[in-house]
Amino acid sequence: MTSAPKLRIATTSLAGCFGCHTSFLDIDERLLDLVEVVEFDRSPFTDIKHCGPCDIGIIEGGVCNAENVHVLREFRDNCKVLVAIGACAINGGLPAERNHLDLQDILIEVYQTGPSLDAEHAQIPNDPELPLLLDKVRPIREVVQVDYFLDGCPPSGDAIWKFLTDLLAGKTPSLPYPLRHFD
Amino acid sequence: MSKTFLLDGRPVPFEDGQSVLAAARKAGHYIPHLCWYGHFPPHGSCKLCVVKIGARHVSACATPAREGLEAESEIPEILDTRRELLAMLFAEGNHFCPSCEKSGNCQLQALAYDLQLLAPIHNRFFPDRPVDASHPDILLDFNRCIFCELCVRASRDVDGKDIFALSERGIDKHLVVKAESGRLGDTDIALSDLAANICPVGVILHKRQGFAVPIGSRIYDAAPISELDLADEEASK
Repeated sequence: MTSAPKLRIATTSLAGCFGCHTSFLDIDERLLDLVEVVEFDRSPFTDIKHCGPCDIGIIEGGVCNAENVHVLREFRDNCKVLVAIGACAINGGLPAERNHLDLQDILIEVYQTGPSLDAEHAQIPNDPELPLLLDKVRPIREVVQVDYFLDGCPPSGDAIWKFLTDLLAGKTPSLPYPLRHFD
Repeated sequence: MSKTFLLDGRPVPFEDGQSVLAAARKAGHYIPHLCWYGHFPPHGSCKLCVVKIGARHVSACATPAREGLEAESEIPEILDTRRELLAMLFAEGNHFCPSCEKSGNCQLQALAYDLQLLAPIHNRFFPDRPVDASHPDILLDFNRCIFCELCVRASRDVDGKDIFALSERGIDKHLVVKAESGRLGDTDIALSDLAANICPVGVILHKRQGFAVPIGSRIYDAAPISELDLADEEASK
């Protein structure tokens, strides 16, 4: 008997806290059932650095810098289905709380003039390796087409499991009432 | 024999002077609402209670029930309209649920869950709306205001203090405090005022009580607002 080829899943965290990935691991022993039918491409779980052709891409976090834009576009280009997971990917979340402030003012206060900083010598980091910040943090749907949204901060392991099993079964993911959470 | 109208084909009894929304609710049929409060005259601003009567969309809270009227509520066209209205409210303000003390007890959030508005439709406005923490017991977070005017009406008509108002129009509309300084700390609002307890979202908050109830035990964690609203109606009979 030949088994069906495994679906490939890629995941990444952009301007997020990795809480959604941590919650992903909260599906616990169901991970063993999951890896029977999927394999992971680029993901913090595999440490693969670039995304190849995939069936499902899962994005945690919003878009706060130039690197986020590149990674997000790489995922969109390679994934048949793109999923925004968690408040930050869906709405900008906590990082987007800076959006009503001027970016330069934030950098000056955080790195130069804030409490306990040496205002005369402290510098705003400007290493060319650092990705440039965007003036506003954006939900990922404002940059690329997103196919599905999984709410929560983070979504629970049970919500992630229900969402994934629906998706893997070829159904539109549908969460019963108690699993719907914006927090 | 009592008079009836039809809601989604089901007969709903009513008394003269009752609105479509109030009669439906009394008969155990939920029509979503945010700015409606049974003890106040209808306001008709949130439009969540939109129903279709004939070819027209009308607010069920402001439409008197009448014999033979046929209203449609749970139809795709109306449900989509309600989701669109909710999506616009979410896009216009700063509704960051994970940091909001009202999360789990918020009617805007509960309606989004119940109507399955689980993804944004519009790009966010990210408005700049500073909070007012000047009062010792009450915090105002204007980021979440949906302009239902429940606090305005409660303060003016029940508390007799007339502390809140909406200022300007259209996209510039915003909630203001009627004090010389514009600060809540310079008013005589009290925690026991109806205005301090009527906000359906997370604008008017009691200080030092945030996050007291764990996730899972909050009002809308286990049961949808449609069920709980009808239970409230049943309990008030």
